[in-house]
Amino acid sequence: MRQHPTVAGLPANRRLVVEVLCFGLIAGPVLYGLIGCARGGRAGLVLAGSTSVQPIAELVAEHYEIDYPGRSVSVQGGGSSAGVRATQEGTAAIGMSSRNLKPEEQGLNTILVAQDAIVLIVHPSNPVRALTREQARGVFTGQIRDWSELGGADRPITVITREEGSGTRGAFEEMVMEKQDFSVDALVQDSTGTVRAIVASDPNGIGYISFGMVNDEVVPMAIDGVMPSRGTVASREYTLARPFLFLTKGQPLPEAQQFIDYMLGDKGQGLVEQEGYIPVKERAR
Amino acid sequence: MRFLSSDQFIRRALLVSALSSVAMLALIAIFIFAEGTPVMLRRGIGEFLLGTRWAPTKESFGILPMIVASVCVTLGAMVIAVPLGVACAVFLAEIAPRRVANFVRPAIQLLAGIPSVVFGFVGIVVLVPLIREYLGGPGLSVLAASIILGIMVLPTLISIAEDAIMAVPRTYKEGALALGCTHSQAIRRVILPAARGGIIAAIILGMGRAVGETMAVIMVIGNAVKIPHSPLDPARTLTSNIALEMGYAAGEHQEALFATGVVLFVFIMILNSLASVKLAPTRR
Repeated sequence: MRQHPTVAGLPANRRLVVEVLCFGLIAGPVLYGLIGCARGGRAGLVLAGSTSVQPIAELVAEHYEIDYPGRSVSVQGGGSSAGVRATQEGTAAIGMSSRNLKPEEQGLNTILVAQDAIVLIVHPSNPVRALTREQARGVFTGQIRDWSELGGADRPITVITREEGSGTRGAFEEMVMEKQDFSVDALVQDSTGTVRAIVASDPNGIGYISFGMVNDEVVPMAIDGVMPSRGTVASREYTLARPFLFLTKGQPLPEAQQFIDYMLGDKGQGLVEQEGYIPVKERAR
Repeated sequence: MRFLSSDQFIRRALLVSALSSVAMLALIAIFIFAEGTPVMLRRGIGEFLLGTRWAPTKESFGILPMIVASVCVTLGAMVIAVPLGVACAVFLAEIAPRRVANFVRPAIQLLAGIPSVVFGFVGIVVLVPLIREYLGGPGLSVLAASIILGIMVLPTLISIAEDAIMAVPRTYKEGALALGCTHSQAIRRVILPAARGGIIAAIILGMGRAVGETMAVIMVIGNAVKIPHSPLDPARTLTSNIALEMGYAAGEHQEALFATGVVLFVFIMILNSLASVKLAPTRR
């Protein structure tokens, strides 16, 4: 039988290999290109700093870009310290910080754009309604394991925490845990909603969520004798709270000022509230 | 150069479509391995696979608790799914009157079409409180995940096991009956042994599905990074580890999640290869 004509004179079984390679050669660059596009290389207004402020800043930036076509805002992480550095060096027009500036970091303009408060929540049937910060740490490190140690029923505590990398978890670690590890027995949930749902259904549960996400299925706890509320957060009596700051070096450029105004305006503050943070300005309703 | 006939053209086109899925698999495999293996080598494969502390933002990457959890949950699911599934397959293939089978079979297929998040939701709303109330513990547990997964793998297990039983030549059963076996003896002594390879393949494919399931498991297992000591303990599987932390992970943390994916990939590859070896004799 006559040999069939073949691609590049290769036998049929080799042809398969050639075709796979050809496909790879086409698909590879296409995929690479797509990834490149997704990562993007747009310039424009650059924000950098705290990964806690990043999600809300990104959200506001998305709305800003829709409302002001042609403007482009790029929000980068790096942490509060990196945000301070980037602002001082001018690599970011606006820095983001989720803590007040240290004495050696002074000299930057700070603009309070939101407050973030974290609230410990328990089941409505739980008689324990207040903890000190030390007790909270004991519970979340696993040293305090039973509600009776806190004056409650003789039942084991179900500790619920957030996943590694979550901003809420980061804030809680910073304000309560003092560099200690979470208990390995702690349940881990990847959203405020599920933490709240578990606490709402488990009489032994305790979790922490953003202030704005508390609803009537769960009961917020007082910390060091202070109940969380807008008033106590604003007056700094409630201590599990931190400021979200925008930083600028000297007077912000017009484009940066426009974004800051947008953030502090009704739209920005509305988004702040919607995401569970505490707005710094009362919205016109 | 000759022009391709339309027949040849269609054959080429189909070949390219078939290859595209192979190419996708290859790309995904290459990508996962390229992203995941460096961190394993850097931290030591032994330390990565056998370490028990997982604190990726504090540079601790031990995934043993998750490997153990994945294995436990999968075996637990099989304890529930295998007896139920094989019994159901026998019923459908051998015992059920046609009209009953024609009702049950689509119902099982429908079970396969329910999104996993719905299984998870039912688990968290119904199953978890039941476990918490009657058996103790936080309710979110290996047991809850095993039960949910056991139900989820049933369609896979039943349909492949049923095919395997159907594939047993009619003459085997006729011979057994002719020799004086009752129907149930024929099923137990002749048909099931003859279909064993296919049934084992069905179990292995079910295991693959259980290992890979993510959403429903995240919702009911509690995700604590700890080697579970009892079915009532919470745990975290390999898949839930990736899905939980992928959102925020960066740098070495992200690489470690890809490395978790590598381990998962190897797991599934082994299970699927075992299944195709077992399935080969029954598929002619």
